[in-house]
Formats: sequence, C-alpha cells, structure tokens
Amino acid sequence: MSLLNEQLQGQLRTIFADMKNDMTLAVFTQKDGCETCEDTVSFMKEIEALSDKIHFEALDIDADQERAKAYNVKMVPSIVMLNDKKEYLGIKFNGIPAGHEINSFIPAILEVSGAGEALPESFLNQISAIKDPVNIKVFVTLSCPHCAGAVQKAHKLALESPMIDAEMVEAQTFYALSDQFNVSSVPKIVINDQYEFVGNQPLEVFLEEIAKTQSA
Amino acid sequence: MELKLNMDLGNSKKMPGLDKTKVFDLLIVGSGPAGLNAALYAKRKGLSVGLVGKKTGGQVIDTTSVENYLGFEFKTGEDLIKEFSQHVASLEVPLLKDAEVASLEKVEDWIHINLSTGEVLEARSVILATGSRPRRLGVKGEDDFLGKGVAYCAICDGPLFEGLDVIVAGGGNSAVEAAIDLAKIANSVTLVHRSQFRADQIVIDKLNTYSNVKVHLETEIIEVQGGPLMSGIVVKDKATGETRTIEANGLFVEIGYLPNSGYAKGFVQMNNKEEIIVNALNETSVPGVFAAGDVTDIPYKQIIIAASEGAKAALTANDYINRLK
Repeated sequence: MSLLNEQLQGQLRTIFADMKNDMTLAVFTQKDGCETCEDTVSFMKEIEALSDKIHFEALDIDADQERAKAYNVKMVPSIVMLNDKKEYLGIKFNGIPAGHEINSFIPAILEVSGAGEALPESFLNQISAIKDPVNIKVFVTLSCPHCAGAVQKAHKLALESPMIDAEMVEAQTFYALSDQFNVSSVPKIVINDQYEFVGNQPLEVFLEEIAKTQSA
Repeated sequence: MELKLNMDLGNSKKMPGLDKTKVFDLLIVGSGPAGLNAALYAKRKGLSVGLVGKKTGGQVIDTTSVENYLGFEFKTGEDLIKEFSQHVASLEVPLLKDAEVASLEKVEDWIHINLSTGEVLEARSVILATGSRPRRLGVKGEDDFLGKGVAYCAICDGPLFEGLDVIVAGGGNSAVEAAIDLAKIANSVTLVHRSQFRADQIVIDKLNTYSNVKVHLETEIIEVQGGPLMSGIVVKDKATGETRTIEANGLFVEIGYLPNSGYAKGFVQMNNKEEIIVNALNETSVPGVFAAGDVTDIPYKQIIIAASEGAKAALTANDYINRLK
C-alpha cells in the first residue's frame, strides 16, 4: 500500500532538502497481533526513499528489548526518531502518523535533523528548570486537524529538555490505553500519567502542567 | 481508520515569517476566510501587509464538508482552506503563526498590537478578523464531562465513538452535518434541538436517509449526567414540560458561535453579543481599525460572506492608507 503519490513525493523531497544532518526512523514492530505494523513499515520505507539523510531501521519489541527500554517503547508500531549520533531526543510516534499526523511527523524529521526553529527565550528558561523526568502522551485521531499542532508542541519541548519524553499515541490503534485515560476528545495530553488537559493549548499550558510534576 | 495523508501545504509552501520590527501599512489579525481574503486583496493593491494568525483556516478547518461555496460543489473544510492559503502564499504575504493578541492600542497615528508574549507589532491600519468559537450549552454537567463525552469537534472526536450512542445538540447546518458524519460511525445518533431546524432542506433530507438517526425538535437539554464518564442527558419537552433522560456515551455540541473579540474590548465599539460593530465599509469606531467576518455584527455567519467581507475591509483599508500617504 502506497500512501505517497508522485505529487506528495515531490513536495516532501523539497521539504527534506532543508534537513541539516542525518536522522534515523527506528521502527518497532512485533511478529503477531499488530494490525497496523505492516502499513507503518511500508510508509516509513516510502519516507526513507525521499532523502539520503533519512535512514530506516527495523526493530522488534521482543528481540530488541534493551533498545525498546532505552527509548521507553511499550507498544507497537512505534517510531522512534534518532539523530545523526543515533541518540534518542525524546521524540516518538505510537501508531501510524498518517492522515493529519503527517503534519507533526514531517516537522519532527526536520527538527531531529537539526533544522528546527528556536523557541523564544522566555520558554527556554522555564524548560531548563525542569529537573525531574517528564513523559508527555498526546492522544490523537488521524482525522483531527488540530491534533498535529499539540504533538508538535510536545515534541518541541522534548527536544529542548533532556528530561522530557514526548509521544504521540493514535487513540484508535491503542484503544485500551485510550480507554484507561478516558480519551473521548482529542488532542488529549497526559503528563506523567497523572495530569491532563484537552485541546491544542498554548505552550504556556503545557509548561504549567509540567511544573506540577516537578519536586519543589 | 482513514490513512489518506492530509498534508498542510500552507506550511510546506512556507508563507514567509513576519518581521516583528517592521511597521506595516496593514496588519490582519486572524487567518480564517476573512483574514486570508483581506490579505489577498491588500497585497494585490500593493500594501505592505502581514497576517497575525492563531489557527490558519479558522473554524473551517473543523468542518467536514462545504457544499455552498460558489465554484466548489464539494470540498472538505480543510481542502477549501488549502486552496485559500496556497493562493495567499503565492503572493508571499508574511505570517506570524500561533500568535495570541492580548490587546490593541492607538498610539498617535499607529495601531499597536500587543501580543501575549509581551511583544508589540505596529501598523498604520489593522483588520480584525478573529472569527468566532463554538458556543457552549451552558448547562449543568457540560464542563464536568468535557473530554469525557462532551465534545465540540465531530471530525476530531467522532472516531472515538465507533459503535457507541451519541447525541448532537443543535439544529443548524453544522449540527446536521455532524449528525450525518456521526451516523456513519456511531451505533445511534440522536439530534436534539430546542426549536425547529435552521439547517438547509438539502442537508435535512440527507440526514433523513440514515436509519440510525432520531430527531427530537422543540426539546431542551437541561443537564449532562454520568460519572466518571458521561452516561446521558436530561431533556425537557417544550410542549408538555416533561423531562426525561436520553442515554448516550457522547454529546456533540453544535449550537452556533461566539465572537473572539475579548482582546478588543474597550478599544472598538461592540454590540450586546460582543460582536464588533462595523458599517458597510467595514470601519469600526476607531479610524484605521477595520473588522471583517464572524467577529463582526454582520448577519449570517457563512464562509463566503466572511471571505467577501475580508475583501471589502482590505479595499477600505487601502483607501485609508492612500489618504494618509
């Protein structure tokens, strides 16, 4: 199944021309019981083919346990983005980033390659004050136009702080997890499995909720 | 699950960023149909113009289908906005994204736009085209079950209600379109509206073709119930005065809109609905400040009307700038 037609391929090639360094899409799958793994792998291979700087790596959540643990991968399919030194910067997509999520996935590739835009200084000061680990889950549906914006914000925060791990979670693929967090409106943002809010809120709101997780 | 890629080309084509230190002839606040069309008209007139936006496309982005924009028999809200923003991007109008305007000021002949970040933008004239946001029911339980059953975006949250029972509140085109969309996913859809349909007959006819849809008109919602998730609503039949409960997992509220005008309070005159008052030339009570689209007091909130009001406002702004020069 091909998701990219020629027109999209051309547009993406132009976008990827702005990448600075190499990056890797490390894709975790599982042998059995993963409905969307095959589509996700084939989609990632299509993306890989569009730039020399993008590399694809196939991993198995069972066989590659150590690495899954290092990237906090707990479900499949999961796409982990690694920089040119193969370091994990806290950017992960659980579920296929198709539909509207292409709009968070493509910018994330650019960011991990080092071609992102800097955040205003006022935010950077707040982010550098984060000392305790933070996990941000952003629940989305692929038909949600403004979910990608929330995913981008979470990933941007992860890039700026070594303490933040930010992951997109496609709510229909991971139904049980969505159910556990009572996801009935998206984007729903859950921080450290404890603090939550709904909607593509400004970065200030993300930072306010994150502040609640930090020890005084 | 719909995998088809929905690339935001407005982004990829890269409207250039906005130079915050430059003084523009015209800054347009809002990037929905009114703001985008104002940008198109102003740029073609030769004004130095910039867009200050929060959500490109505004509410149209959350609309499944648009079937009443002349020239397009059918477009998704998003595709229509793609056409709009590509057209504007082709003229290289600079855009400040994710900007939140806190307040406006007139300093001598300049208009200052104060952003929530503390930054100040400056222009000789501005067009306010900040649109509107979904109106809430304002009933007991609505806030408590927000994100736990109560939703305001059917295309976003519809997929989460696959095989479940949902209610749609409202009787206009948006409500009926949402009910049609949800009927394809949900087990059952109950449309509840406090008066008669306001929607176009053509969409009501379409709704009636779905066998899993029930319609309760002249029925008022008085409470959302449940715990911890929503379990249903309490309604009152307006003819008999009787109340009863309708069980459902979700409630999609589509009952119209409120203007996004808070930042302009006390700066320009508004009516009692907090809509910015404009005359036929889109002038507000402050010279050099114009307004267009859903945020104004013009009747009928429609995409094509907002777009054409944006054009009018840009032409008036152009005349204003020419008189200054």
